[in-house]
Amino acid sequence: MLKIFDWKKGLLTVLLFAFSMLFLSPFLWMVSTSFKIEADVFVFPIEWIPKNWNAWNNYKEVWFGPYPFSLYYWNSIKVSVLTTLISCAVSTFAAYGFSKIRFAAGKWLFFIVLATYMIPQQAILVPQFILYRSIGLFDSHLGLILLNSFSVLGTFMLRQFFMGVHDEYIESAKIDGAGHWRIFWQIALPIVRPAVATYAILRFIWTWNDYLNPLIFLRTDHLYTIQLAIQKFTTINGEFYSLNMAAAVSGIILLLVIFIIGQKSVIDGINVGGVKG
Amino acid sequence: MESHTPIMTRKTSLKRRKGSLQRKETMAGWLFVAPMLTGVSVLTLLPIVATLILGFSEWNFVAGIEGLTWVGFNNFQRLIQDPSFVTALFNNLIFLLAIPIYMVIALVLAILIDRYVYGKAFFKVAFFMPYISSVVAVAVVWQVLFHPSAGPINQFLLALGIQNPPKWIADPAFALPSIMLIYIWISIGFNMVVYIAGLQTIPKDLYEAAEIDGANAWVKFRQITVPLLSRASFFLLITGIISTFKVFDLIAILTQGGPIQSTSVLVWYLYETAFVNLEIGYASAIAMILFSCVLGVTLLQWVIQKKWVID
Repeated sequence: MLKIFDWKKGLLTVLLFAFSMLFLSPFLWMVSTSFKIEADVFVFPIEWIPKNWNAWNNYKEVWFGPYPFSLYYWNSIKVSVLTTLISCAVSTFAAYGFSKIRFAAGKWLFFIVLATYMIPQQAILVPQFILYRSIGLFDSHLGLILLNSFSVLGTFMLRQFFMGVHDEYIESAKIDGAGHWRIFWQIALPIVRPAVATYAILRFIWTWNDYLNPLIFLRTDHLYTIQLAIQKFTTINGEFYSLNMAAAVSGIILLLVIFIIGQKSVIDGINVGGVKG
Repeated sequence: MESHTPIMTRKTSLKRRKGSLQRKETMAGWLFVAPMLTGVSVLTLLPIVATLILGFSEWNFVAGIEGLTWVGFNNFQRLIQDPSFVTALFNNLIFLLAIPIYMVIALVLAILIDRYVYGKAFFKVAFFMPYISSVVAVAVVWQVLFHPSAGPINQFLLALGIQNPPKWIADPAFALPSIMLIYIWISIGFNMVVYIAGLQTIPKDLYEAAEIDGANAWVKFRQITVPLLSRASFFLLITGIISTFKVFDLIAILTQGGPIQSTSVLVWYLYETAFVNLEIGYASAIAMILFSCVLGVTLLQWVIQKKWVID
């Protein structure tokens, strides 16, 4: 007999759904609180759907108040997009060089680059800080962008994909007189494009969520990225939790949209690349 | 004998052409990897060498390079006797306890989601959401959820009849476990996704064969699922250990190492020493300890991997 609905499976689904609420309720609480007036924030039992609606004022204060998220959003978008573009370019060039060009030093250079992956960024913060102070990259978006633009993880990930490009294509292109530059653009890159897209999404998310680097390398208020802005905003507004939650929702919302659209890419990328970096 | 010479010349010219081709290839190789190499050299290699040097010195960089004094192993001797450092390191070790907890939960969730429930896509997104969201935003939310008197969690506990619920991040005894709880909540999604990918590589006929032999669910789990996921487990264990050594964001936003240093960890102490107290040399010594820990775990991984993991 054909089973249309499996009761055991259905029951487990309900149980797991209840459990998943443990994971989602902080988010639901955050969103509903961001819509409330301050006096209702701690009303118990929790009003999941606000009785006194104050969403417009809360979000207006966050986005266009004295500490305007419209500015910090723009900063974050600028930094994340440029970091992603530069990082993708640098990593695909290097990945192609390490996998498809045969030169004696290549193996050694790749080993050196890969070895630096073991160095935690936190262990080199101090010298990076001193270096940035002395070459004038401190407290600038350019400096922040460069910090995340040379990803060993990205190079490693993309190299795996370039290795899957058959050498016959490259050999025959060479016989036809194409140089590596042309082979890279016209043959290899189109084949690995999906992998580059996956890496781009991950790099964007990581840069957007980066807190430590902006904290150390930015000083001026109007250069702040969204993560610093949330922290500063919540410090300034203290116990105004409805406003703070509107700030938190604002910080997450773009990423959620990107994640839901690029879900498969993100999850595949996590499995190929593994760790955050 | 006469015909020998022309062949030789042809050979050498072929060799020469091959040589120039190889030179061209080498040139192209260097050009393609040059941007990456430059970045890694300037932003990673140079700084790590500087960390190694600064760790043996005392320096207030405001005083300029002349202010740098060589102190040998003094910084490290001071570290061993520094109770704040010992506390921070000890807290990092306690943090390791979070790893088995989230790995087990992630494994169970992965199996359930992969085989036993409807709506796979929904559950994947639900459990993955904390991982994708920024630590700053979720920390701000948890700060309010953990509010000692008015917070929803304690209101709920009071409603359940618990008279004196913990003060969570405000209580020295509960602060570190609270942070670990949030850390577990964040990490489960990532681990679950890796486990689901691992589960999909296990051939179905293994389970069918086991069923024919009369194996129950527990035996199948113990004898097939767990061993065949050892590769994923090992990967998650190693990356997990390394990540706990780097914990910073949650602490910086929620507790700043307090109350009374109960949540101070290596990176927090490093940050405080370098950027609040401006002790560059001493901070570099802490950085070297951090680096050694990560390096140690990575090397351990290389050694163990071959013996331990079933391919």
